[in-house]
Amino acid sequence: MGRTIIDKLWDEHTVADLGDDLSLLFIDRIFLHERTGSVALKGLEAAGRTVRHPEQVFCTMDHIVDTTPGRTDDTRMPGGREFITSTRASARAAGIHLFDLGDDRQGIVHVVSPEQGIALPGVTLVCPDSHTCTLGGLGALAWGIGSTEGEHALATKTLAVRRPKRMRIRFEGRLASRVYAKDLILHLISRFGASGGAGYAIEFAGSVIRSLPVEARLTVCNMAVEFGAWTGIIAPDDLTFEYVRGRPFAPRDAQWEQAVAHWRTLASDPDARFDNELEVDCSQLAPQVTWGTSPQHGGSIDGVVPDPAAESDPNRRQSAERALQYMGLRPGTPLAGLPIGAAFIGSCTNSRISDLREAAGVLRGRHVAPGIRAICVPGSSQVKKAAEAEGLDQVFRAAGFEWRESGCSMCFYAGGESFGLEQRVVTSTNRNFENRQGPRTRSHLASPATVAASAVTGVLTDVRQLPAT
Amino acid sequence: MEKFTTLTAIAAPLLRINIDTDAIIPSREMKRVSKDGLAEGLFAGWRYLSPGSREENPEFILNREPYRHARILLSGVNFGCGSSREHAVWALHEWGIRAIVAPSFGSIFHGNCVRNGIVPVVLDNAAVEVLARQVEADPGRHLVTVDLAQLAVTAPDGSRHPFSLPDADREMLLEGLDSIAVTLKRDGEILAFRDRDRTRRPWIYLPTLQERL
Ligand code: SF4
Repeated sequence: MGRTIIDKLWDEHTVADLGDDLSLLFIDRIFLHERTGSVALKGLEAAGRTVRHPEQVFCTMDHIVDTTPGRTDDTRMPGGREFITSTRASARAAGIHLFDLGDDRQGIVHVVSPEQGIALPGVTLVCPDSHTCTLGGLGALAWGIGSTEGEHALATKTLAVRRPKRMRIRFEGRLASRVYAKDLILHLISRFGASGGAGYAIEFAGSVIRSLPVEARLTVCNMAVEFGAWTGIIAPDDLTFEYVRGRPFAPRDAQWEQAVAHWRTLASDPDARFDNELEVDCSQLAPQVTWGTSPQHGGSIDGVVPDPAAESDPNRRQSAERALQYMGLRPGTPLAGLPIGAAFIGSCTNSRISDLREAAGVLRGRHVAPGIRAICVPGSSQVKKAAEAEGLDQVFRAAGFEWRESGCSMCFYAGGESFGLEQRVVTSTNRNFENRQGPRTRSHLASPATVAASAVTGVLTDVRQLPAT
Repeated sequence: MEKFTTLTAIAAPLLRINIDTDAIIPSREMKRVSKDGLAEGLFAGWRYLSPGSREENPEFILNREPYRHARILLSGVNFGCGSSREHAVWALHEWGIRAIVAPSFGSIFHGNCVRNGIVPVVLDNAAVEVLARQVEADPGRHLVTVDLAQLAVTAPDGSRHPFSLPDADREMLLEGLDSIAVTLKRDGEILAFRDRDRTRRPWIYLPTLQERL
């Protein structure tokens, strides 16, 4: 019987079968950041252990670093400086690659790792960060772990992992213009729930996925964890190989040919069996936006805030009621037209150059509405540089956006900067949890184009309806 | 790691679904590069009246007697979803929680529990609700038992609810094992794998520091 891409990668990396569906998997690459990596490195040091193959281990500064221009080791987050200096000291002592402040490779871990050719098709890659699944977009088997597992991976180059069930989700049809990868994944989660993928490794497939550029595939896989999945993956193809070619840590010359030949064998066999299959027709898909405090609380921008009373499952009803209370919304209110106070473009979901181009395309010749606080944070120092070379920074600035240094920034609140009490934010990030972007901040997840369009009008906006300039 | 065999304790019902790790320990409460000192920040957004304050919200279950002494948490589906932060588990552990009973768990969170001496018990929603109702009738006396050796939860009324946990996880919790030491017993296999793999996938292996010089 044929094997899925997930099985192929699993088998290829199995060092030992530990029984009970548990395998000892070889880990090709480990990525750390100052927020959770520091504690893993320190834990290892405290136990008197060393990093086994430091040349395969990378670390960036993204979560806690300040993103305002002219930044230093000082942060707005209480105690933040210690995370930075401690990570720097531990990373140097361990001899791992460090993309420090001021290094032009610095940026959000999941943006940097494809950009530098560290994440490649077919590698196993782990990071103590839940959005590591992003790298499935390149055909990597990549997943988020805890800090203690991080220590395990660093010390042994392996992890004991339970074989997940396999699901394939085919997105068929064609995406309409101004409808993006972000809308696709938000739609999936709102339709099947935030734990719809629990226990699964998910292969995203179908004609829509095949036609998506690599950066958009990263966006789809980024939110696999928001669907409850163990990870997501997309079979690598010619688009992937073109994307990877020539990147700093990617293979070259003869090894490149050898690698590509191998990568071509990874796609699921035609007769491969999955434990579960779903198909989603995307032809009618509209831009999506969330209205609640779980990524499953979402729908089309042309829809209304649903009535929790219509929810038959009591748990889902209760969660929706609580969410509406937190979000300050009433059932039946149209989503388009809801006044916002702020707009944020950034995060490992949507801060790559293609995202900034889409947002800038909306903003060119327009200005954000009066009173709106609008911020753009490029996903990496490389993205920032590329955007500036194209003049996108000028477009953002002229439109009234702040233009920042790269990092996670206000994707999450860590006691420093926030959007403020009950502020309503339209955001290109991945989590709309209570207090995620600040105490009682109300987050509406959407694509960068929707964020930009809403910033311009000051209300949640269907980007397809934005009047011409 | 501390061993777990069986525990009879006060259980606190917190029957919300999708309780994420940001709610368990908000980012702003992770102030130091340390696994300790996190209990104070546990559920800070719900436990205290306003963000950043330490004034207790008397309504929140873990601020009420006798739930302040709970060692077991009862909750809804997808407990511990969201961010991978192990701090969520460290905070629960330091506060005193040793077992969590829920219909399902976030997968990273589940692994983190096992590595830190907290038993993640999966029971269906109906069973969790039954437990919660019995506990609520007299929380100080209606105790719940989690028996890891027998893989069963005993409700206050004496009814037994079997649960399953993979053998390796169970053994790790029962014995309080250090997973790194366990794996390093297979060092020979790991090195042999690496040698074979290196001829098969040479591009994976980046130059070492010495080779780069
Ligand atoms: S951008 Fe946001 S979601 Fe992504 S790694 Fe940073 S904090 Fe996490």
